[in-house]
This record gives sequence, C-alpha cells and structure tokens, in this order.
Amino acid sequence: MNKTAPEVLDSVVIRFAGDSGDGMQLVGTQFTSSSAIFGNDVATLPDYPAEIRAPAGTQEGVSGFQVHFSGQTIHTPGDEVDALIAMNPAALIKNLIALKLGGVLIVNADKFKKADLAKARLDSNPLEDGSLADYRLVEAPITTLTREAVAPFGLSTKEADRAKNFFALGIMYWLYSRSMDTTLAFLDSKFKSPYREANRAALETGHAFAHTIELFQSQYEVPPADFPQGDYRNITGNAALAIGLATAASKSGLPLFYGSYPITPASDILHALAPFKNYGVATFQAEDEIAAVCSAIGASYGGAIGVTGTSGPGIALKSEAIGLAVITELPLVVIDVQRGGPSTGLPTKTEQSDLLQNMFGRNGEAPCVVLAARSPSDCFEVALEAVRLATHSMIPVVILSDGYIANGAEPWPLPDIDKIAPFPPTFATDPEGFQPYERNPETLARPWAVPGTPGLEHRIGGLEKADGSGNVSYDADNHQKMCELRREKVRRIADSLPPTEVTGDDGGLLVLGWGSTWGAISMAVESLRADGKRVGHCHLRHINPLPNDLGDILRRYDKVLIPELNLGQLRTIIRAEYLVDAVGINKVQGQPFLTRELIEGITEHM
Amino acid sequence: MTSNPPVYKKKDFASDQMVRWCPGCGDYAILAQVQTVFSKLGIPREDFAVIAGIGCSSRFPYYMETYGFHTIHGRAPAVATGLKATRPELSVWLVTGDGDGLSIGGNHLIHLLRRNVDLNVMLFNNRIYGLTKGQYSPTSEMGKRTKSSPMGSLDAPFNPLLLALGAGGSFIARSVDVFAKHLQAQLTAMPAHTGTSFLEIFQNCIIFNDDAFDNVTDRDARKGNVLYLEAGEPLVWGREDARHGFVLNGMALEAVDVVDGDVSGILRHDTSDKMLATLLASLDPTRGDPIPIGIFYQEDRPAYDQQFQGQLDESRKTLGTGDLHALLHAGDTWKVRG
Repeated sequence: MNKTAPEVLDSVVIRFAGDSGDGMQLVGTQFTSSSAIFGNDVATLPDYPAEIRAPAGTQEGVSGFQVHFSGQTIHTPGDEVDALIAMNPAALIKNLIALKLGGVLIVNADKFKKADLAKARLDSNPLEDGSLADYRLVEAPITTLTREAVAPFGLSTKEADRAKNFFALGIMYWLYSRSMDTTLAFLDSKFKSPYREANRAALETGHAFAHTIELFQSQYEVPPADFPQGDYRNITGNAALAIGLATAASKSGLPLFYGSYPITPASDILHALAPFKNYGVATFQAEDEIAAVCSAIGASYGGAIGVTGTSGPGIALKSEAIGLAVITELPLVVIDVQRGGPSTGLPTKTEQSDLLQNMFGRNGEAPCVVLAARSPSDCFEVALEAVRLATHSMIPVVILSDGYIANGAEPWPLPDIDKIAPFPPTFATDPEGFQPYERNPETLARPWAVPGTPGLEHRIGGLEKADGSGNVSYDADNHQKMCELRREKVRRIADSLPPTEVTGDDGGLLVLGWGSTWGAISMAVESLRADGKRVGHCHLRHINPLPNDLGDILRRYDKVLIPELNLGQLRTIIRAEYLVDAVGINKVQGQPFLTRELIEGITEHM
Repeated sequence: MTSNPPVYKKKDFASDQMVRWCPGCGDYAILAQVQTVFSKLGIPREDFAVIAGIGCSSRFPYYMETYGFHTIHGRAPAVATGLKATRPELSVWLVTGDGDGLSIGGNHLIHLLRRNVDLNVMLFNNRIYGLTKGQYSPTSEMGKRTKSSPMGSLDAPFNPLLLALGAGGSFIARSVDVFAKHLQAQLTAMPAHTGTSFLEIFQNCIIFNDDAFDNVTDRDARKGNVLYLEAGEPLVWGREDARHGFVLNGMALEAVDVVDGDVSGILRHDTSDKMLATLLASLDPTRGDPIPIGIFYQEDRPAYDQQFQGQLDESRKTLGTGDLHALLHAGDTWKVRG
C-alpha cells in the first residue's frame, strides 16, 4: 500500500498503446479531458495506422495516444514518455523507443503468450529476456482482471475484452491521482446498459488494482497550471475549424455551404459541420473532390460562403476549379489538412509538404490567399479570417492545417462571441452603371452580384475577362492587366495586417516558422533563451501575402533558420522573396518536431 | 414580387455578345428555341441561371441575357448542384455536350441524375469533339475515322438515354436541333418537372461531323424513321403509305405494319413505364429501327434541393436557431478563476 503522499511533478507524458481496435484513442481522449478539467495544460498526439483494423497483435495495427499534461504552459505533446501502457507485445515494441529510461512501463501480461509474440514477430519474450531491465516494469493481467470485473454483466468474452481499455485508464488515473468523475459521467451519457456498468467496473477495478499492488513505487500528482481567468474546453484543430466556420456564417450573416469528399485527416470537419444545420451551415458530401470544390463555387456564385475541405491529394484534384474561382473572382475557402505525401503517402501522419502546391499548384498566374493555423485552437481564428478575406476581397483563401493539429487537442480559452465584430459583405443591387468586373478601389474586389438580383444579369466564366465589363476578352494588354490585378488583390491584404510579432527581437538567430510547428519552436526557443542564447522566433500565419514588415524583420538578424516538416518549402519562398540566405531544419517522418530536436538543430546553427 | 408574370420577347433573352459558333451550326437553332421558351415560361429573367462546362455548346451562357456561368470541363453539374442546393428558387439550366457531359464530366452527370437535383440538362449530342477540332467522342459510332482514330475508333459508344435511365434519371427526353416546335415542347416540359430533366438534343456539327443525323433530319428520312413519343398515344411511325407500329413480343418490341390505320393492337406510350422507356431508348437505327423523340420516361420523386433545404428547415424548427455561445461551450468545459 502507498501510504506516502503523491510525488509532485511539473509535467508528465503518458502514452496508451494497443491494437487499433483496443480503444486507445478513446481512453487517451478521456485522460486528456480529465486533466484539462483538473486545470492542467495539455497537448496530445494521436498516432494511428491508415488501416482501420490491421491484423490483431501485429506491429502494423498498433494505435497510440500520447498525452502531455502539465502545471506549466506547454505547446507540444512532449518528447519522451514517462509512463507507457502497452496492451500487447507489438504495442510494446513499437512504442518502447519513446519511453524514457527508468520510465513506468505497464504491460498486459496476459498477452505475452507464444502466439502473441509470433504475431508481433518477436523471437523471445521481452518480459523474460531482460530487455526491459531499464524500465519500471509492471506486469498487469489486464485481460483476466477485466473479464472477472465484468463477469456479473453477462457479456460475451469478446464484449468483455472490449472493456480492457478502461481498466488501463483506471491504472493511469490512480498513478497520476486523477479523479475518475469526468469519465464516469462520460460512460453514463454515452453507453447503454450493460456496457455502461461493464466499462465502469473495468475502470474502477483498474484503479483499485493499481492502488492495491505494491509494484508501483509511487503515485504522482501534477498540479494545475496557472491559466488566465475564463471558460475553457479542450479542442482539436478540426473541431475548431468547424466551430470557426459556423461562427463565420453568423458573423457574416451568410449561409455557409461545405462541399467535401471524405479524406483522412479532414473528414472530421465534415462530421463536425453536418449537425450544425441550425447554425446556417449546409454540408454536401460530393461524389468526388472536384465536385466538392465545384459545388462550393456554385454556392458562392449564389451568395453563400462556399467552403471545401480536403487533404493534399484532394487539393491536386481541385486545382483547376480553384483557378476558376480565381478568374471568376468568387469567394471560396479551401481547407488543406496536410498529411504525408506524395500521392497517397502517409494518410494518417502529419507533414507540411503542401505549401508550394497551394501557393503555385494551378495553371496560369493564379494567386490565392494562403493562411496557416499554428495550433488546434488557432484554427478557430484562422477560419474566421479566411471567410472574412474571401468574402471581402472576392478571392479563394486556402487554410493550411495538418494531421497533427487537426487531431491533436489543447485547452482553449473560449472567446467572447459578442466581442467578435460582424463582417457582413456587400451585395451588388443597383443596375445603374453596373459592371461585373468594376473594382472596389481599396480591396480591388469586384462586386458580388448574385442570381436573382433584377437588372444585374451577366455572365462569368473561365475565359479571360475584360476589366470592367467582364466580357470575354483575348486582348493582350487586358490579360496582362488582369493577371497583375489578381496578384495585387492578394498583395493588398498585407496592408491591413497588424505588425508581425517576434519573440526575442535582439539580433542573433531568427527561427522563422509557419503552421503547426509553432508549439515545438516556441518551447525550443524559450528554453534556449532561458539559457541566454540570442534566438528570436517569428511565426507566420499569412504566407500569401507575406506581411509587409517581414523583410525588415529578417534583416535584423544575423541568420534565419526555418524548421519545417518538409524539405524546405517556406525556405524556397523566403529566399526568393527576400534574397535572404535562410537555412532549414527539415523533417519528413510523419511526426511533428520534438522540442529536443529543435534545440539541438538550432544550437548547431548558432 | 409582382403578382403578374413578367412579359418578355425572345430578344429579351439575347445578350449583346456576338455569337461565335460556325455558320450553319445546330447550336444556333437550339439557342433560338431556348430564348423563345424562356420568354414564355413566366419566370423573372433574373431568376434564370445558365451553367455550362467546356466545349462548343458550353459557350451558350454568353449568348443568353440571364445569369450565366461558363465553368470548367465536365464540372457544370457540380457547380449547378451547389447553386441549386443553396438557391432552390432559381431556374437552373445546364448546357453540356457529349464530350463534356459523358466523357470528362460523366461522373458528375450520373450523380446529378441519381440525386435528382431540380434543374434542366440540355446535352447537345453531335457525336464528335468540335472545339478541339474533330476527335471521336463517347457517342461516336465504333470504327469512326477521325484525326485521333485514323484506323477507326475502337470505343463502343454510350447511349445517353440508357445511361441517364440507369443513373436514376426522373425525366428523360430527346429532341433534334432543327425540329423547332418539338424542341420547344420539350424545353417547356422540363422546368415543369420536379427533379433533373435530361434532354438529349441531336445537334449537327457542320464542320467535323456533318450529316450525322441525316436519318432524322432529312425530309424523307424524317417521315420514315422518326417515332414521335406522346403519352397515351400508339407507338407508330412511317409514311402515310407505310405505317408501322410496335407490339410487345415477349420482352421485346416487334415492328408490325399498321393496316388501314387500325392502331387498336398497337402498344401505347406510357412515360411512367421504365421498361418501355428502356426498350425505346435501346432501339438501333442501324438495324432499321425507328428513332424515337420526345419524353421517354418521367417519374415523380423528391428533388434533392428541396430535401436539402428541408433538413435545414427541420433542424431550425427542432433545435431552434443556433446559439454560438452554446456551441462554443458544448462538451466538457471548465472555469479558471484568476
């Protein structure tokens, strides 16, 4: 029995690992919610295979969920795992590399029979061959104890075994002195009898088991973090995008139409938006990626906010249609939740390798606005800004997210909805002197004249348009003028941007980032600055147009370093745009940067 | 809104743009009939939206004094679906061709038909690629010699009507570019139908596939070969001195002579009979069958856009207009007190 008070820790990283059918994502999410509600800062990293159910027990089928919870402010799911639960040998072997030496390793001891080892392609039993000597190993007969715990509820063996994820969660709750209340309430609301009672019994038995056995040397506690006052919830990037789009519909006073074709890791945006019909959000599951974007363009043509969401392969298919929105100067929001490429690539893993595709991957001179979200909750802000820019500049706006922030979660201080200023667009209604391609002198936007408006009947299309009249024009000078106008329309957006924020504005080395690397770069730079290093951090939301002050910022530093989860795409843009000799840290492993990797990488360049 | 329907003339639907089809193109005749029919439908001009893809036929919107959108190759059905789903009160017309609609855009066309979006499709079938200067199309006959098939095309052609029937189309009709009255009648019937109205129009390409429809449009052939489909009327065709009609023989249509004008034994057209529509659409003039024109099939089923809006309305009715504050605070939230 543990009689002593729990040991207090600043920050802990745990990971649940099992088969893709073991429910690891579910219990990982539960631990995250409980920790966030307790008051910790949290960051998560779900890591799952592209196959829905690879053969049970194989390394290919391993699914993991990592939670970083802390009494400090954190921005990443953590470099090293302090405690790992492995539900089978394959999960153990695949995840052991992340567990720090001396870390707590809990295994389901029932799953280390000869057949289990064979499925994981292991020649010897790691529980017996001494290979786990560097870890604090806890062998728990999770399957046996779960079956015993749920015996009173009359489940089949198969059904009983499905509760063992909650047994594992119970162990973790005890180990980190977490209340089970959030999960008990969750079970009450989401499960029917007898599964509710069975899962509850598994959870409580796991908790009691951890309490009773003397294998754990200690129990831990991570105190709440010091958050600003306010209401909070946990949010993933995809959920924040969906809520941001619904908010944009309300703040613009327009219906929002989301046309999409299911694709990992963007499908959850469609799932999240589909029940928002009473918020003025309509969703359309199209027959393919091309139809998805084209339906959104059709909706925009009719006066709605047309939005389409996808991942890299879908952007490739949508390219021609995005060009149509460029030349017809219709509002359109395109969401790219990036994943590893090329081609089908690594569907469930993260990458930032679609930047140049979205910047330049269209025929002709076809500039779009390109925005990048830096964290799960930042997706909300970016969604609002994308809709505002698209409807006010009459232009396609690309939102870059990625698998890491799309599925990762963090606490979100909920904004005060009433403080978000409305941004209704102006529709053309006056036939007097109406010209479909006349320009707003400030934004260069053309008027939004929608079908059904008397006297404004006109034709638009993919053929080059005469400035002003919008009639088909093959005139040489007009084409030059229109190409330059479309480019200038994007550039002018930079004039309305606030000054770019920089951390550490004192020369030395500038780390320039974009998108989801914000968390890891922030933590690395904070750590280096605490050590007295002259390192600055600037993080871009606007990649097209780039901020007007960026060139000056870059020139204030001796060196510019751009870490990216690609082989140097922003670096290519920055070098071309500013003639700055920027260098890169480039990782394409389907995984986000570790803070440690960046600290080492930045240090090498200093 | 006025209570009186607007009064228009045909020229009210002609835009100020120069029509740039080849002299003698069948598209001119179709344009004239569409402008005439639009002027008589009683729909305000601003409520028409004409959406097209790419190809000769798809230049159509530029010549109509309505809202018009010349989109990209094959994708007009998807653009039109997004428009109609969000603006069901509009009268949406889609102009496509055999290449645009059946080749590059075939996928969107079948999904439009199965969803039954309430809009009107005019597929100009000239059995050739015109705008790219004369390659074989998905409706070109096998063995057709073109620039891209010097030894003859190896592709079996699509039958557009069978394709539309197979995709679940709820209104399937055929007409001919130069049959002014017949074409007007079909164009008038289309917006009266709820759901996707699909009209194949035989259209002569004078440059690359001239006379492709001589067996229909030639004065003599027309009398001998064309079977005018009229609901409830006997399925008869042929010159006065050589009338024929169809009877059912097992599951097949059999042509018989009509003797002394007696049509009592002749099968009558039933637009609600999908089997009959399939048999009629399958007729093959190369085997001496007549060529039916008119409405092959019509079925009442709910239109996608109405149901799409219906779900939005129902959601508002049952859940109330969405409250953003509640949306943000949904799920597990917690308070931090400073």
